Amino acid sequence: MSVTQNLPTGHEPEPWLEPGHTYASVTDKISSVVLTRPLGIGWLLGFAFLFGVVMMLNLAIGYLIVKGTGIWGINIPIGWGFAIVNFVWWIGIGHAGTLISAILYLLNQKWRTSINRFAEAMTLFAVACAGLFPLIHTGRPWMAYYMFPYPSTMGVWPQFRSPLIWDVFAVSTYGTVSLMFWFVGLLPDLATLRDRAKSRWQQVIFGMLSMGWRGSARHWHRYQSAYLLLAGLATPLVLSVHTVVSFDFATGIVPGWHTTIFPPYFVAGAIYSGFAMVLTLAIPLRKAYGLEGFITLRHLEQMAKVMLATGLIVAYGYFIEFFMAFYSGNKFDVFLAMQRLHGPYAPFYYALILCNILTPQLLWFKKVRRNIPALFVMSLIINTGMWLERFVIVVISLTRDFMPSAWGRYSPTVWDYATFAGTLGLFTMLIFLFVRGLPAIAISEMRELVHQDSHGNEGHS
Amino acid sequence: MSERPAQLFGVMGEFSTPEDLLAATKKTREAGYKHVEAYTPFPVEGLSEAVGFKWTAVPLLTLMGGVGGGLTGFGLQYWVAAIAYPLNIGGRPLNSWPAFIPVTFELTVLGASIFAVFGMLALNKLPQPYHPVFNVERFGQASTDKFFLCIEARDPKFELAETSRFLQSLHAQHVNEVKDEE
Repeated sequence: MSVTQNLPTGHEPEPWLEPGHTYASVTDKISSVVLTRPLGIGWLLGFAFLFGVVMMLNLAIGYLIVKGTGIWGINIPIGWGFAIVNFVWWIGIGHAGTLISAILYLLNQKWRTSINRFAEAMTLFAVACAGLFPLIHTGRPWMAYYMFPYPSTMGVWPQFRSPLIWDVFAVSTYGTVSLMFWFVGLLPDLATLRDRAKSRWQQVIFGMLSMGWRGSARHWHRYQSAYLLLAGLATPLVLSVHTVVSFDFATGIVPGWHTTIFPPYFVAGAIYSGFAMVLTLAIPLRKAYGLEGFITLRHLEQMAKVMLATGLIVAYGYFIEFFMAFYSGNKFDVFLAMQRLHGPYAPFYYALILCNILTPQLLWFKKVRRNIPALFVMSLIINTGMWLERFVIVVISLTRDFMPSAWGRYSPTVWDYATFAGTLGLFTMLIFLFVRGLPAIAISEMRELVHQDSHGNEGHS
Repeated sequence: MSERPAQLFGVMGEFSTPEDLLAATKKTREAGYKHVEAYTPFPVEGLSEAVGFKWTAVPLLTLMGGVGGGLTGFGLQYWVAAIAYPLNIGGRPLNSWPAFIPVTFELTVLGASIFAVFGMLALNKLPQPYHPVFNVERFGQASTDKFFLCIEARDPKFELAETSRFLQSLHAQHVNEVKDEE
């Protein structure tokens, strides 16, 4: 087995797993969070609060369905507004999970083991939040099935040349494959929970979910084969999803959207924000449930390095956008570039540069990468920055395109904010439920890691 | 409990490390046993070969799913855009295949993934809530930290006392009979 080594530092690398763990101790530690640990007051209060936020989301969507999208700040020419900004933001966050699970699996990166499970869960919840926005943005969500090809009595079919239809297929495929990937990974752990559960209802629930998994050598063989194939399939899929999302913009002729840099720069941005969100979740999680031995400082540092690298790609994207605007000499593109710097929404652009490009340069310093509070704050800043990026792309281009007579302004209403905050609450509430209902770290993979560590596999092949 | 006497499914021995199990499995096969199965809390390299399992259809099924998904995706779009609902927009070709690539790609991945997952489950005969090995009390440890080897009664060489002694000679702890109570 070949394991990619860190750059030589002249001393032994820190282990990915706190030394001294056995098969039983990792199993115990992770499964006890689900099976035996009582619900603390902090969890209950947090859950109650988040439940309230989700009720606000219900209210915001209910009112939207009654009144229509006029309750939002969107208008003509800014038809997209918050709904699409939030959609692109959430779907971007949803990229880290499958990236960690699939790409890092193919690259044999051991450090994925402690973080892949909850990153995948995060992906699913983020995709759910993302999917909500285009759905309610249609204004008549009960008609959304029109986008699927089905033999209707009207004899009408979807327009397959439209990137919006590509989006439907890309996002629904991504959601489905991520769910299957997650479930396949969970299967042996569900069997562990079934065998360790003490109460009858836990035994019944985990018994049904684990499908009678018994860990036979033949089962593992097929299981590993399927898992490896899924990883291979999910890898191009991850890259395709945000590529297709960027096509929503890039195939249009609107200045600032019609560029070929969009697909790679969207994908890099997605990974950037996804890793930031993984850090935002991992730091409180390891603290709250005492998982510092599994999600070590070295894991956090590794994620910080990925953020730094993808952040630099994003910075390159911003630079090329400007370069191409001036290099092309297209006066609308030049005008748009100047609007970003001097237009009515210029403060958003400067905030974006500050959040996404300048602040993350601190990650060059090892001291910052290994400072947990600093990393947590950094992850929040990057998430904010990535949201601003989508705001800048959607709003600045739409407010001032070709004809001054068609220019407009955009400002969100309280319902826009309520819906956005509501999805943040929904996402966090689902994370709360997940952490207590399913093993947040892949137990069987941790046992494999214990096995490999006990044989000094690291760095040798 | 059924009224019939419980049938014997096999004999099971327990090991503490994957290396012991792997060595024992190899010796069992060398001793001429054919119907052998090992149970482990995580995949152990070389173990499926040791129990005599060489080939799985999962990759082939995945390929079929992918090819089927891709053909369905492109076929559907071609049929919709060129036959069922042709729209003449400025005389552009109806079979505008470059525009059909994203959906074709997504359906290829979707078909392959669905076949990989459900193919794996079907070949493993899951869901299967009951299996005789679960009747062994200590088998619950198979999903935590113990490694089990089961020689099944349908093996022509199987003979209860002899096979149990053989497992003990491999230094298995807790050699148990596996009863099938169905």
